[in-house]
Amino acid sequence: MIELRDVKKVFNQGRGSELWAVRGVTLDLEPRQVTVFKGPSGSGKTTLLSMIGALSRPTSGRISLDGKLLSNLPERFMTQVRRRTFGFVFQRFNLIRGLTVLENVMLPAYPLAPDYGDLRRQARALLTQFGMDAKADDKVEWLSGGEAQRAAICRALINAPRILIADEPTANLDSARSRELIGLLGELQDLGKTVLVASHDPLVFESARVSRVVELRDGLLAEDA
Amino acid sequence: MRQLLRRQRYLIDYSLAALARRPGKHVALLLVYTLVVFLLASVMLFTQSLRREAALVLAQSPEIILQRQIAGRHDLMPADYLDRIGRIRGVSATYGRLWGYFYDPAVRANYTLMVPPPGSPEHGEPAPGDIVIGAGIARTRGLEPGDYLSLRSARGEPFAFRVAALLPHRTELVSTDLMLLGADDFRRFFAFPADRFTDIVLQVRNPREVRKVAEKLSLALPDTRPILREEILRTYDAVFGWRQGLVFVLMGGMVVAFVIFAWDRAAGLSGEERREIGILKSIGWETGDVLRMKFWEGAILSLTAFFLGYLLAYAHVFYLSAALFEPVLKGWAVLYPDFRPIPFVDAIQVATLFFFTVFPYTVATIVPIWRAAVTDPDAVMR
Repeated sequence: MIELRDVKKVFNQGRGSELWAVRGVTLDLEPRQVTVFKGPSGSGKTTLLSMIGALSRPTSGRISLDGKLLSNLPERFMTQVRRRTFGFVFQRFNLIRGLTVLENVMLPAYPLAPDYGDLRRQARALLTQFGMDAKADDKVEWLSGGEAQRAAICRALINAPRILIADEPTANLDSARSRELIGLLGELQDLGKTVLVASHDPLVFESARVSRVVELRDGLLAEDA
Repeated sequence: MRQLLRRQRYLIDYSLAALARRPGKHVALLLVYTLVVFLLASVMLFTQSLRREAALVLAQSPEIILQRQIAGRHDLMPADYLDRIGRIRGVSATYGRLWGYFYDPAVRANYTLMVPPPGSPEHGEPAPGDIVIGAGIARTRGLEPGDYLSLRSARGEPFAFRVAALLPHRTELVSTDLMLLGADDFRRFFAFPADRFTDIVLQVRNPREVRKVAEKLSLALPDTRPILREEILRTYDAVFGWRQGLVFVLMGGMVVAFVIFAWDRAAGLSGEERREIGILKSIGWETGDVLRMKFWEGAILSLTAFFLGYLLAYAHVFYLSAALFEPVLKGWAVLYPDFRPIPFVDAIQVATLFFFTVFPYTVATIVPIWRAAVTDPDAVMR
């Protein structure tokens, strides 16, 4: 269970460009569900997801995971939580150019230093699961949008996280690829993962695989706005 | 421990991949870096080798040289001073030396003419009319044993000497301009007074007695100056040190240019690199992991450049006789000695060079990375 209590986030505080991206969100997120955060650009979806995923801290308010407070952890422990609990799929995939698909998938596990053979086998298994085994040794810059997206999902899953966070995952995909991706996210839910998605794509938030839609507007839940 | 090593292996693996991904940038940096290490190491190795060579040669020279002085200038030594010195405790041998310089206008070079001291290991005193010459003179004048060398004496008469032999190649550093001849020939050629020597040398067996003997000499013969072997060694050291310093100053501009280049290349993070650091942090790398990875990247590059540069310098100095620095480091003579230094590596010197090349570069790469690595990883989501 993820709990958010009056979470606020401000950028450039005290400057002329001060921006309140999230202005007080209180929310409980159930495990093993596909939850979509929808809303227009600038509504605070990505900022909220980055705070839930321990990529950044709220300016005020509390975020806890299974009763443990995440939002006041020191950087090092936040990284450990992020590494073991969350997997991320970014809007622009954020794969590292020049490396192969297999190397990109293995990257999040490097700091944990598992046995190299085991890690390679695990990465190969994930690539096979997502139909990417033939591309394992290709450089990521040679991949199509859909392939890059699947490589990014494999990378997000390499440390076996409980929660997968996807930010606008269909933004760079055509409709067919978008539907395929939603199917994949549903499969992850079937495997017991919690999936949190930020999207303003109707294909995503209207999908039958989505368990819950949370609407945001101007940094607040739509019902509070 | 095993986990720690395995983690470093993963980071090194990633660093190697990162180096290979930007070959243009890194190859250019490696080349310039290697060149700088090569030049600095060449000067250091060569100077050190010259010093050592000089020390080895001087180890066989007499402990004390006694020169007569008049008005602070070197003057010829009266032969009866040998008797006046008499027997000093600790002195095992005393004898007068005959040596001097001769300018040969034909090749615009100075020769050192010398009568071999008694008991010379290689060559005794040459027979009348014979000379033994250093390789530099032989090369410059195109002489071989059996040839004749004609020189104008102090009285303006031509003197023809027969080359009896050449001095051995291994002593060339100090013997390249040397011409050994008999005492009578020497005196006749220079019109040198029969009751004079150039100087007097004293051999002292116990090194701890050298200073005491020198003190006694100064008291007994107040118009003379004793020159100790250790002073000559110090002078050589200073001369080579000065030349090394001169070359380092000349290289200073180049080193500064390298520092700016390296700083720009290593420290100036491109947008792509910043993005990459953000991605690594967002997928679970700690700031420390990013720093360690970048440390390895800098260390691999600088160590490779260091070893390459040092090996090239070693080959340059000890196999090619430091062809690039010969004129500055050996001296500004016409008769350059053609000698191959004995391979010798000083651990402290290697450590100094390592510290001044590898360490600053590695630090230069870490600081800006640290600045980029401590930023929030959510930047990649925005």
